[in-house]
Amino acid sequence: MKLMPCPLNGLRNIQEFVCGGEVAVMPDPATVSDEDWAEHVFLQDNPAGVVREWWCHAATSFWFIAERDTRTDEILRTYPAAELFPERRDFARP
Amino acid sequence: MPFGLLKYGFARSYPAKRLFPVRPPLKEGYDVVIIGGGGHGLAAAYHLAHDHGITDVAVLDKGYLGGGNTARNTTIVRANYLTPEGVSFYAESMKLWRDLSVRLGFNILYAQRGHLTLAHTDASVRTMRWRAEVNKHLDVDSELIWPEEIGRLVPSMDLSRTVRYPVLAALYHPPGAIARHDAVAWGYAARAADKGVELHPETEVTALLTTPDGSRVTGVETSRGPVRANRVLQAVAGSSSLIAGMAGLRLPIRSIPLQACVSQPLKPFLDPIIVSGSLHTYVSQSARGELVMGGATDPYPLYGTRSTLDFKEGLMGHMLELFPGLSEVRILRQWAGIADMTPDFSPIMGPTPVEGLYIDAGWGTWGFKATPICGVTMAHTLATGEAHPLIRSFALQRFRAFDQVGEKGAASVGH
Repeated sequence: MKLMPCPLNGLRNIQEFVCGGEVAVMPDPATVSDEDWAEHVFLQDNPAGVVREWWCHAATSFWFIAERDTRTDEILRTYPAAELFPERRDFARP
Repeated sequence: MPFGLLKYGFARSYPAKRLFPVRPPLKEGYDVVIIGGGGHGLAAAYHLAHDHGITDVAVLDKGYLGGGNTARNTTIVRANYLTPEGVSFYAESMKLWRDLSVRLGFNILYAQRGHLTLAHTDASVRTMRWRAEVNKHLDVDSELIWPEEIGRLVPSMDLSRTVRYPVLAALYHPPGAIARHDAVAWGYAARAADKGVELHPETEVTALLTTPDGSRVTGVETSRGPVRANRVLQAVAGSSSLIAGMAGLRLPIRSIPLQACVSQPLKPFLDPIIVSGSLHTYVSQSARGELVMGGATDPYPLYGTRSTLDFKEGLMGHMLELFPGLSEVRILRQWAGIADMTPDFSPIMGPTPVEGLYIDAGWGTWGFKATPICGVTMAHTLATGEAHPLIRSFALQRFRAFDQVGEKGAASVGH
């Protein structure tokens, strides 16, 4: 069993978690061009190395950030999303 | 020593000729460089030489030929997809598979077994019916069958209603087949080499060379020195994002391991190929009697081919629900391949925004069956500069145009 250190729940079986994909800065949906939006939605860095990703502990619906090495399957660090996003971000109304 | 053996030793036909010359000196430049010496790359090289007379071709691979996902798939060949684009494409591939042994002069042990996709819920019965209708419309032999007939085809499968996920129906695809995967790569390699294509295993591409503004590819930098080429094809499965990244391209691909395993050999008892999307299981019995089994891709992206207990526990639980008689059978070996998964479960094929760089990627868990048709269509695309009509809907551009080819319902098992 592989363990994921959840910032809220401590070490848990990784089967309890869902990988939410690479952390990327979301463009403002109201003003972004279709092309840039497609890029944000579909394109990935998909690196062979350290990647910063969203993960969710499904049982508690807790989203956080994990840094993993995709070559060695090592989880290097996990922390609450507030560390990357200290302020609430509001988008313009469409 | 028996006399006969001595005579054999002196015979002119011994030692047997190598199938193909490997790693000749690397030239300064080629008409076409193909990165990736798996089935797709070698088939493209063969068809470039055979169909278009382009023989100044080098196939580069960082490992050995056919050592990536060509060696790691579960060898299933079928055309019972969901979208008209997908079905037409894979149906063309099936036509090539049937006489591939003859074309290559190499026995690929192609065995038509029939293919059953099980439905355990009303929703999946509906999808199977949909697939059957699309298939029939495009002249692909598929039909929905019920447990009575499934029982006749697979007497060893548990069709009782007392299990957790009873089998309600199945999509039956009689042309479904298996083939010897290594032989496919070797056959294409041998016939391509006959026509003058150079094969360079253990030659890793470390950079793509482009014009200063990055708009045009001019060659590749390799572990054995630079090579000039105005046309470069990348056919590297799990490493697709890394190679494309060398040209500054980002792809809609996540590299995720897919694990598989084989059991100890058993007497032949399972003729058709069995797939269950809901149970995340597929199984077929090889010519050697081993059960070749696979499941869903891993739950998160990774470039490592490690083995996990989670995979085996999940797969075996479901396998035993379908075939309780296998409970004493042992696993012989297991492995993983890195699948390049696209959001719509269709491949990415054709030209790229970088002139001269062509891509054959996004083959996720469905690439082996497409090997022959990828060779034909990618060779056409490289020779003419225009995407082959069969692959136009698989262009990289489709994501920017929100024009995906949604194949999730038929691509493989639960992702």
